[in-house]
Amino acid sequence: MNDNLLFDFTVDKAAKTVYITREFDADLSLVWDAFTKKELLDQWIAPKPMTAKTKYQDFKVGGKRFYAMISPEGVERWAIQEYTSITPKTNFKMYNAFADKDENPELPGSDWDHTFSEQNGTTTVSITIYNESLERMERILDGFTKGMKMSLHNLENLLATLSQRQ
Amino acid sequence: MIALQAMTPNAIADNFHTTRQAVSKHLRILTECNLVKQEQQGREIYYSLEIEKMKEIDKWLEQFRKIWEARFNQLDNLLLTMKKRKK
Repeated sequence: MNDNLLFDFTVDKAAKTVYITREFDADLSLVWDAFTKKELLDQWIAPKPMTAKTKYQDFKVGGKRFYAMISPEGVERWAIQEYTSITPKTNFKMYNAFADKDENPELPGSDWDHTFSEQNGTTTVSITIYNESLERMERILDGFTKGMKMSLHNLENLLATLSQRQ
Repeated sequence: MIALQAMTPNAIADNFHTTRQAVSKHLRILTECNLVKQEQQGREIYYSLEIEKMKEIDKWLEQFRKIWEARFNQLDNLLLTMKKRKK
């Protein structure tokens, strides 16, 4: 990790939108892969101690990714994403919704927009998440906290270890 | 403004270039979210901010931010591994 890497997290409550911008010390093609290939996504998308498991992914417009976040206790929280727009190595959009284990989505979901750009070997990713309901935004976190509440302390330790490693 | 004192929609509208109707609409949504509370005093309804509720939201957003931070830290490590593998 590099302390100079930008991380911006802004919430516009009125617009029900979360804006996230983050720089990565890697080529655009690597970062693009990490965001769009299931075997890579599964390695980072779940905040420890949670894990992620993608059941299937079809990365094309109209294609879907069906995956679960799994808590240390083994509780699976499924979600389904449908890709609505893809411009290779530049932008992709998807519609994300929680689901049951049989792929039935719980609507409404949220719209995600990812934009990638590279400058001097640093890749910037801008993510916009629009939620139709604030109540749903709260549920997103609720899903996380259920698995994470008792583990928040672990998370802090993990972050400390990670930063010490530098 | 309403963090300092309870106010009526008319009084709030006077402070902005907007109408009482527009203010009332915003207040209705905020009331539904329990972010403001209303109190009837005679013919007027006074609105004030639920400070604790706002704090709750900020706390919640802070947690959400932490999740993303943790996620991205993991991604940094993964990208490092991928870069090494490529060399």
